[in-house]
Amino acid sequence: MRYLPNTADNQRVMLETIGAGSIEDLLVKVPAKVRLSRPLALPPALAESDLVAELRGLAGRNADADGWVSFLGGGAYDHYVPSPIDHLISRGEFLTAYTPYQPEASQGTLRSIYEYQTMIAELTGMDVANASMYDGASSLAEAVLMAVSATGRREVVLAGGVHPLHRRVTATYCSGPAVRLRDVPAPAGVLDLEAAQRAVNGKTAALVVQTPNFYGCLEDVAAAADLAHAAGAVLVVSADPVNLGVLEAPGRLGADIVVGEGQGLGVPLSFGGPYLGVLAAKREFVRRLPGRLVGATVDLDGRRGFVLTLQTREQHIRRARATSNICTNVALCALMATIYMATLGKRGLVRVGELAMAKARYAADRLAAVPGVALRFPEAPFFKEFALRLPRPPDRVVARLARERILAGLPLKTFDRRLADCLLVAVTEKRTKDEIDALAAALAKAVA
Amino acid sequence: MPYDNQPEYDRLVFELSSPGREAFSLPEPDVPVEGARARIPAGYLRREPAALPEVSELDVVRHYSRLSQMNYGIDTHFYPLGSCTMKYNPRINEDMARLPGFGRLHPLTPAPHAQGALALMHRLAGMLAEISGMDAVSLQPAAGAQGEMAGVLMIRAYHAARGERRTKVLVPDSAHGTNPATTALAGYEVIEVKSTPSGEVEVDDLERHLGPDVAAFMITVPNTLGNFEPRIVEITERCHAHGAQVYMDGANLNAILGITRPGDLGFDVCHFNLHKTFTTPHGGGGPGAGPVGVKAHLEPFLPVPVVTKDGERYGLDWKRPKSIGKLHGFWGNVGMLVRAYAYIRTMGAEGLRAVSDNAVLNANYVMKRLEGHYDVAAAGPCMHECVLSARRQKKHGVSAMDVAKRLLDLGFYAPSTYFPLIVEEALMVEPTETESKETLDAFCDAMIRIAREAETDVSVIHAAPTTTPVRRLDQARAAREPSLRWRPEA
Amino acid sequence: MRVGITAFAQEQLGDVVFVELPKVGARVTAHQAFGVVESVKAVSDLFAPVTGEVVEVNPELASKPEIVNQDPYGKGWMLVVQPADPGEWDGLLTSQQYEEFLAQDAH
Repeated sequence: MRYLPNTADNQRVMLETIGAGSIEDLLVKVPAKVRLSRPLALPPALAESDLVAELRGLAGRNADADGWVSFLGGGAYDHYVPSPIDHLISRGEFLTAYTPYQPEASQGTLRSIYEYQTMIAELTGMDVANASMYDGASSLAEAVLMAVSATGRREVVLAGGVHPLHRRVTATYCSGPAVRLRDVPAPAGVLDLEAAQRAVNGKTAALVVQTPNFYGCLEDVAAAADLAHAAGAVLVVSADPVNLGVLEAPGRLGADIVVGEGQGLGVPLSFGGPYLGVLAAKREFVRRLPGRLVGATVDLDGRRGFVLTLQTREQHIRRARATSNICTNVALCALMATIYMATLGKRGLVRVGELAMAKARYAADRLAAVPGVALRFPEAPFFKEFALRLPRPPDRVVARLARERILAGLPLKTFDRRLADCLLVAVTEKRTKDEIDALAAALAKAVA
Repeated sequence: MPYDNQPEYDRLVFELSSPGREAFSLPEPDVPVEGARARIPAGYLRREPAALPEVSELDVVRHYSRLSQMNYGIDTHFYPLGSCTMKYNPRINEDMARLPGFGRLHPLTPAPHAQGALALMHRLAGMLAEISGMDAVSLQPAAGAQGEMAGVLMIRAYHAARGERRTKVLVPDSAHGTNPATTALAGYEVIEVKSTPSGEVEVDDLERHLGPDVAAFMITVPNTLGNFEPRIVEITERCHAHGAQVYMDGANLNAILGITRPGDLGFDVCHFNLHKTFTTPHGGGGPGAGPVGVKAHLEPFLPVPVVTKDGERYGLDWKRPKSIGKLHGFWGNVGMLVRAYAYIRTMGAEGLRAVSDNAVLNANYVMKRLEGHYDVAAAGPCMHECVLSARRQKKHGVSAMDVAKRLLDLGFYAPSTYFPLIVEEALMVEPTETESKETLDAFCDAMIRIAREAETDVSVIHAAPTTTPVRRLDQARAAREPSLRWRPEA
Repeated sequence: MRVGITAFAQEQLGDVVFVELPKVGARVTAHQAFGVVESVKAVSDLFAPVTGEVVEVNPELASKPEIVNQDPYGKGWMLVVQPADPGEWDGLLTSQQYEEFLAQDAH
């Protein structure tokens, strides 16, 4: 077996050294009555070439964004991933390293995380970012728990535009500590500020808004901040960092904690994961942050170096009183994002945002001009994603367009029954005018 | 020595920046940009561009290539980190995860157009159930700690459904920190159960704590001292007699593949660390994947959605009213699931059994070769890892941390140090099955050399490491005056 | 009464990097935790020797926690507590008595 180097001869010599007659003799502590008396019932082992054939077969049954034109969004986006990223993260020294607990032998990982923290803090307008969480959903859940511990309050108000799956994850995380979640509707696509005003009070630990929200609409973060702060609550903003080349940093609009799904920053779609949980905060929250943090320091000779720091917050030291139970994070995805942000740089990230914004606007205008089709939230500004109202059931329209290898968007029925006639369409910088025109033409046929 | 001929490279990517340089390539707009911008309220738009670097593509490639060279990885070094299972990460798994049908598949693709991915998930869940002796598996948790959370919340929901209110979870004092952290997060009081000096559960102490208020006992098998818990069946039976559920932390599953199964030992729940046992790469700290397996009585509480098979059609089932809810933003770390699936299909039943056999053999070999030079925390035979103690070296002023640092100079990554907490000056060595006798011998020789140096030449140990890109770092300074982001010099 | 930690405790902890203390006016209770002291890799609760009210908090510790290591019985003090029951003094050890106690314990 190519992954197992011990030859029969090696095994014999090693057993002699140990003083055991066989490997069985080493397993004496496993009680006989619980020993598995048969081989595991697994499919037979495959040679590499056969494995490739099997997995190509499975992969071929999926409508991937290479073979199809995709307008799917809803929290994961088909942004272009520059070539150097995969080459660099595939270097074994990054790929096969452990968590950098021995800093002298992990400076590459540590230095790149320090860069990542700097870039995320800069994009979000926060003082400090952690080294990553599992995904945007768990970042949001952990931010809510941070706000609960910082304020000592046990209610959290969520804007109706928060991603419904992120909201569900937050509810799961809040079930243990019995934090109560309250929802404020978004009938016009954005947070109803008057309803929010009524919901946020002296018991509120945090107000949570997402911008652009699940429907693609941009929220008035500054107004939300005023409202939260007037009640002594923390404002948590969920934002997709790839948009922040163009959109204002939430920190400049009054956010106290910024979270987001960072998949758009060079992380593959991979059917939903692994992704990148972004979490950044103002300075006063630093000792409440979950997860790892990298800090700069010096070595014995005075040279700059990097270490995991403020580790007393974490489970391996503080155990039951840790700020979170997270251990493994998504360091390699954070590295993808770091290389992405370095590659796009100051001007490239602006260009990506502008292209997505412009193409989404073009697509919205073209699609809303199809007879019977309209923007669902015509009054609300949007960025790279928008909801359409269709004259026919959206899942049937999606099935029809799939015949032309177009993934037309996300029917919203399963997320919100009131939006049963709606389709959520996302447009990244990769979509061309021709593809958008083809979508409009196919949609016109499908709803005619 | 790996780094002697490398010129010192001390840059951060920001320090390479030069205004006007670029590494990106983007299409020219084929639709109007300014009109679109005008439709967004001015206050929502960024006033100042984010201060990201301005570098060329070669700058990017060279910078990160050079950073990579400052790391030890499994590909370059033996990595005997106990409890972490740093085994070889097969390259074919990487290729499979990158097939466009997986790597470029959107999570919200309609199920009829994602049948290959759903089929793979369904099959992987079935294979993990067989390996663990469990009845159902959720692939959703993103890592071991999230798997623990799923497990503990399912246990809570199970008790609640039976109208029972239990408030405590028992955890051995030798446990991974995630166990008490998770149970506290799930709203339980954490009670520590004592271990014997060899790391086994003190069954009398366990029995003392068990009662109608105990929801669960969480335990790692083999335990964190690398030993199989000889009274494990008695332990799970005693817990059940008191109405408590038993959770197995699967961090050490690499020791028992095809030998015994958590389900057969009496466990109700266990999680898997695909980044340990099933070879998905650690990536410098993640991503991982932490599927969780349960017995039938807990199945109704699994996280939603559950991957289902109906005839030849695969789908996602959301209609599970007793579910604990959702843990992952989508369906799990599918990229990691593809790698683990490829690994299990490569190994087959016989191969997986050989994995554990060789992991156990290698650990016992290392323990035998080192037992004359270091104290051994628990008498052998061990399973897949052994815990040594630098107690003896401490008398010469050499700590476990010193041994670890010296190993870096001798060309090896360090064992886990100071864990488990119940062993003084612990050095936890997990060689894994993918290392050859030659590598183990070289490592043991280095360890023996350090033990000798502790008696004869302490200064070389205290000075270590000297061959790494930096020497020992001032951790206290990093914590007292946290510098968590780069800022340009004024 | 001035409250801090012993030379032995600071040595066991290693480099102190952070001290979390109550505010002036807070009440502390004998044998219960009133704060936290952290080194790089350990966290310890700080236990009050007596019950009483916090009347002063060492302002230096926020920016210079290392003085707990350098001078635990002097500049590294943490709180001044006004004891509710001055009689509680009698149950306490002097630093010399404490060192004798440690020396016994070591045998």
